[in-house]
Amino acid sequence: MKLVTAVIKPYQLDAVKEALHALGVAGLTVSEVQGYGRQKGHTEVYRGAEYTVEFLPKIRVEVLTDEIDVEKVVDAVVTAARTGKIGDGKVWVTSVDDVIRVRTGERGLDAL
Amino acid sequence: MPEIAIDSGHTAWLLVSSALVLLMTPGLAFFYGGMTKSKGILNMMMMSFSSIAIVSLLWVFYGFSVAFGASNGFFGDITQYAFMTQDLTGAWSEAVPVPTFVFAVFQMMFAIITVALISGALADRAKFAGWIVYAVAWATIVYFPVANWVWGGGWIFEMGAFDFAGGTAVHINAGAAALGLAIILRKRNGWPSGAYKPHNVPTIALGAGLLWFGWFGFNAGSEGAADAIAGVAFLNTQVATAAAVIGWLVVEWIRDGKPTLLGASSGAIAGLVAITPACAYVEPIGAIGLGIVTGAICALAVGLKYKLGFDDSLDVVGVHMVGGLIGALSIGLIATQKFYGEAGPQGLFYGGGVEQLGKQAAGAFAVLAYSLIISIVLGLAIDKTIGMTVSSEAETEGVDQVEHAESAYDFSAPTGGGGAFALAGIAPASGTPAAPAAPATSATVDEKVAG
Repeated sequence: MKLVTAVIKPYQLDAVKEALHALGVAGLTVSEVQGYGRQKGHTEVYRGAEYTVEFLPKIRVEVLTDEIDVEKVVDAVVTAARTGKIGDGKVWVTSVDDVIRVRTGERGLDAL
Repeated sequence: MPEIAIDSGHTAWLLVSSALVLLMTPGLAFFYGGMTKSKGILNMMMMSFSSIAIVSLLWVFYGFSVAFGASNGFFGDITQYAFMTQDLTGAWSEAVPVPTFVFAVFQMMFAIITVALISGALADRAKFAGWIVYAVAWATIVYFPVANWVWGGGWIFEMGAFDFAGGTAVHINAGAAALGLAIILRKRNGWPSGAYKPHNVPTIALGAGLLWFGWFGFNAGSEGAADAIAGVAFLNTQVATAAAVIGWLVVEWIRDGKPTLLGASSGAIAGLVAITPACAYVEPIGAIGLGIVTGAICALAVGLKYKLGFDDSLDVVGVHMVGGLIGALSIGLIATQKFYGEAGPQGLFYGGGVEQLGKQAAGAFAVLAYSLIISIVLGLAIDKTIGMTVSSEAETEGVDQVEHAESAYDFSAPTGGGGAFALAGIAPASGTPAAPAAPATSATVDEKVAG
């Protein structure tokens, strides 16, 4: 099993959610995060004074999936989150040893 | 003296104008409040609201007497309207045939907003008790006498310098006071290198809109009658302000690459300030020229505080003092007797010579110097005793919490609707759940930093 983690632009969340839903993904976890990548935030100008905003608001999406579907999930997230502009985010995949459904105690693929 | 008949139309307009001018002060609270940090907006707004409370009462006790009582050249007879126990139902004057009570209430609103304007120099660090004492003292020693000099038959009035609705008495006066405080008081932590960006630009625009709306009472009401001059003042107020928005934005667009809403809001205020003293004396085309020039100059002037090193937090000096000076001096250049006749000023460009310009400058700089010096003395005296600013530790904690035990916003997860979730259009956890088929979303706020 795999955990797909994506850090995306807040405005792209709806598109990502729809794409995953269309794939049949049963559940996902979303959290608010802040950070920056290579572009190091952005600059804002107020009455001529410049301010650098380093930590930009982002959304982190986490999806548990089996190994067979992981590429489809990654593709769906990347396609839906892409605007082509700087700051679109990152997606990474990590291995998961086991998954347990809290309500029933089911384990592994049954718990997905 | 034969009794002057009260004109109900003029009275109605002045009552409405009074209410309009009062609205400017809560408008100012929003305008200033949006420019502070999120932990300082309430303290900022409190300074405007407390000005309403303090100055309204002082005005009845002795303020109206000092400003508009029989003048000895410098201040009015303090006993003349003391506590307003006299019968003030009779007409104020032939030119302003409204009950004296109505004239007094209109002028009261000017005194209120002038005091409130100064507070922009104190953002994010004002000690409320210090502000209260300062507001009482400055209104008493500076505003009431200066209103007498300019409007109440005092020496500037007698000299023949004109100030239709308060460029000198209100804006230069308040701007100079703010400069005084900015020079002597503790700067904000880390200023100028720290992050002092406005925390809520929509609030600033709301405040600017309320100020613009109320300013029609300020300027067109200052005619004291509902007549053609009030109409000219109204029109000039509108077009000068519109032009100043454009002037400010052009400077921003060229200098910074983008036109901003903060810039448009600031330009509007600068234009309103500059047209205030001149609004009944210039043609609409002159008002437009005045607006464009003011918008551009004030946009450049607000940067001066960084060069000169005084933390006038919200640019009271760059907008009100500089804008007020441009407006006051413009009377000496572009005033025409077309509307006001012989009783009004004639500017240099309309064949009036340099004499009027000299009088305008003398009045403007005298008020500037007086207000600046008294503000420095008052500010130092209060700061050395009860304090004008909170400690830098308290500033870090947040002046709203420290001074008022209140906070404007709740950023905690269950109720806070802000942040990236709001950007993404997701309701907080307590909101209506999404459609059953949709995947569940967690509303956990994770403060970890990605990347």
